[in-house]
Amino acid sequence: MSETQPSQDLPQEDGHQSRAPHRVIGTPPPAQARRVLAEEPGSTAPESPRELPASPANPAKAKTAERIVAALFILSMLASIGFIAAYVGLEVHSVDATLRSNLALGLSMGIAFMAVGAGATIWVRNIMPDVEQVEERHTLASTEKERKAFKKTFTEGAEASGFVKRPLLRRTLIAASVPLAVAPLVILRDMGPLPGTSLRHTVWRKGMRMVVYGPNTPLRAADFSIPGQMITVAPEGYTENQDVLAKAVTIIIKFAPGVLVPNRPGQPGTIMNWTVDNIVAYSKICTHVGCPVALYEQTTHRILCPCHQSTFDATNGAQILFGPAPRPLPQLPIGTDADGFLIATSDFHEPIGPAFWELG
Amino acid sequence: MTATEKLIDGTGGWFDDRLRGAQITRTWLRKIFPDHWSFLLGEIALYSFVVLLLTGTFLSLFFQPSMTDVVYHGSYTPLDGVHMSQAYASTLDISFDVRGGLLMRQIHHWAAILFVAAIMVHLLRVFFTGAFRKPRELNWLIGLTMWVLAFTEGLFGYSLPDDLLSGTGLRILEGVLLSIPLVGTYVTFFLFGGEFPGHDIIPRLYVIHILLIPGLLLALITAHLLLMWHQKHTQMPGKARTDANVVGQPFYPYFMAKTGAWFLFIFGVTALLSTFAQTNPIWIYGPYNPSGISAGSQPDFYMGFLEGALRMWPSWHWNVGGYSFAFSVFLPAFLPLGLIITGLAVWPFVEQWITGDRREHHVNDRPRNAPTRTAIGMAGVTFYGILWLEGANDVVARFLNISLYLTTEIARYAIFIGPVVAYWVTKRICLGLQRKDNVLLEHGVETGIIRQLPSGEYTELTKPVSEHMRAVLEARATRPQIEAPAGDDEIPAPSARGAMGRLRVSLNRVLTESIPLPIGNGHGDGHGNGHGAEPPAVTAGDTHSDGAERDGGDGTGA
Repeated sequence: MSETQPSQDLPQEDGHQSRAPHRVIGTPPPAQARRVLAEEPGSTAPESPRELPASPANPAKAKTAERIVAALFILSMLASIGFIAAYVGLEVHSVDATLRSNLALGLSMGIAFMAVGAGATIWVRNIMPDVEQVEERHTLASTEKERKAFKKTFTEGAEASGFVKRPLLRRTLIAASVPLAVAPLVILRDMGPLPGTSLRHTVWRKGMRMVVYGPNTPLRAADFSIPGQMITVAPEGYTENQDVLAKAVTIIIKFAPGVLVPNRPGQPGTIMNWTVDNIVAYSKICTHVGCPVALYEQTTHRILCPCHQSTFDATNGAQILFGPAPRPLPQLPIGTDADGFLIATSDFHEPIGPAFWELG
Repeated sequence: MTATEKLIDGTGGWFDDRLRGAQITRTWLRKIFPDHWSFLLGEIALYSFVVLLLTGTFLSLFFQPSMTDVVYHGSYTPLDGVHMSQAYASTLDISFDVRGGLLMRQIHHWAAILFVAAIMVHLLRVFFTGAFRKPRELNWLIGLTMWVLAFTEGLFGYSLPDDLLSGTGLRILEGVLLSIPLVGTYVTFFLFGGEFPGHDIIPRLYVIHILLIPGLLLALITAHLLLMWHQKHTQMPGKARTDANVVGQPFYPYFMAKTGAWFLFIFGVTALLSTFAQTNPIWIYGPYNPSGISAGSQPDFYMGFLEGALRMWPSWHWNVGGYSFAFSVFLPAFLPLGLIITGLAVWPFVEQWITGDRREHHVNDRPRNAPTRTAIGMAGVTFYGILWLEGANDVVARFLNISLYLTTEIARYAIFIGPVVAYWVTKRICLGLQRKDNVLLEHGVETGIIRQLPSGEYTELTKPVSEHMRAVLEARATRPQIEAPAGDDEIPAPSARGAMGRLRVSLNRVLTESIPLPIGNGHGDGHGNGHGAEPPAVTAGDTHSDGAERDGGDGTGA
């Protein structure tokens, strides 16, 4: 804008002093020509005084600032060109190339934005004349008269519609809208199946082999022989099935003889019938909110959930030692098949994972 | 006729012929915007939302919200041949096979963090300065709703890549939904399309993330800004600033240029953060599988307080009549959140009820000048902060080299003690700062110049505070938040009768506790300013001089 002004400086000054003579001499611009049809009475009134000064208080400072701002804008332009060049010139498709590309693109983009932002800020602060203006506030509430008028208009409308006077219409309309409002909820029904008892079961069945999760190989009880070991196992044939794994994933831990605490009537403990050679199996899904209980501390026999730190005693039927989990990890009954491979001897006897309303 | 004027006559005239906008647009251009650094906080939220829309649109061109199992053979060789969902694979592709994709992903994530953070800090600014007071209660509620929407949006957004970390987050979401009494199981099955994880959750979160919540946010942001525009922005106290005016710079060209520059800064900063600070490296986490987890798993910061609540809650669980109240999950997931949101939502109305102050307020409070409100706010911040720290208690435990369980034990006590301590300390600090303000008003600013009098006595020269400073320091006098007293010998005012009335009076005593301005020195000026500041619609019965005197009794007794 300022670049285009100097050539027209004189006419501008003229125009500001008195517009009327200028209009007589010059060719009327289109917008003014249209006013011939309906001349506005106020159009010849003298202009009100300026509300904003045209130039800053300190022109020398503004001149310096102008150069800095221009330099910043040019820097931004160069950075933007650099961004395009980096996009065209730098390929990705490998970690190193991506890092190079990210550095070049991000840096040029950041500079392009920051430079214009900094330039604009300096422009406002040092080139635009500093002003402080006061605007009046008015109470937000409408006047009493306006409120009355509104009330009248609204009441008239309500009366004309008969909504108040004709209860039959009103009530039937409400009656009509209730099922209409329920309908959108009803059509959400097919978003999912009903829970049924599905949360109570996993795929573990009598005789189903456990495979080591990852290599997905079955495991002989004899090969899992070092006390203190913990591994994650999955039901054979389901190692890629996330829906199954989300419930069936299990940890097995090997103990030295005599470490496991057998359960007695009325007392918590490990159900020894469900173990093989001091190998015990627990659900890996935390009974708090379902994170995998993946941490095991050999010396203290503690199973720890890394999410919310529920801690279970692995020797003692996964009793809770600390944390928010409300139930022990369910124990999976295990045995070995004819070839000595570890198998489940049934499903879990109670629901695994987080508590739910119907858990009981 | 300058080029600018020609443009206005030409193009402007064309539009005006059709819209008749000259008058109103002129008013808009001249609209005054007050200036204070803290007013930029809301703008950070606004502009990071714009950055989110722009980068999010780019990401949606490449992201595939599908849970179909694929085997990866892309550029990130460590995961070559690994089974993963299409969502995760396409996120890897965006990161390593789309030019600028990684940058856009990172800017999107950083901007999301900035968005929620800016909303929270803006919300605190509004709370501590009393900017929520009449007539801005509606905008307060809109803002609060946007905070909830924003962190929900964030949770759903970072869940989309289906990586190990965010998948664990979804698993926790499943556990939380399951814990809801009566309907939890159904809600979970309907949201996930069956059992966790199923194949529906990512596409469903996707449509909520890119359509529903952004649409709501956009509508609420529009309403928020329109209300701000219509009611005019609040201002901080200062010379000649009253409840009946706005002092500042006009929208055009000043505010427009400044706020435009601010937008570019926000975009620039998120771009530079994304260049130099890695966020959410999903290729390191690996694809989700229900069996995997890593130690030190943390959600994004804005979910941390809910995570903390889950970590510190005792293992409460009750079976009643064959049904489970899973309160070790349900309560931490919903109770602290509900307390914070409800507390914030009702506070403007509670405060209005206690103070009986039904006037419009456009000059903000300095936080020290509302000691009790500030103290309550800090108690809330402490409550949130302890939950948030507990959400990273494993990191804290490792950092401080203390037992993991000890951090939780401490948090269980701190959650009750911390807010009380914070309340007390904050209130004392506020009252102390008020006394310091009084010293400034009475004795002026220390100049550091020591003068020896002819008598040999040394005195330090002080300089009276500037006019602007005086106005700031005396802003306290313009807060007549005094309920009609149920005085010793007086008949109680109608509002002070009955149990609720008596409660209201005692709450009022606490809420309006404040140090009076110095009598004499400065009070005359302050008085004048104060009256000037009062809008025409004052309805409260008490003048602030009464308030100051009565307060004086309270203040010195405190």
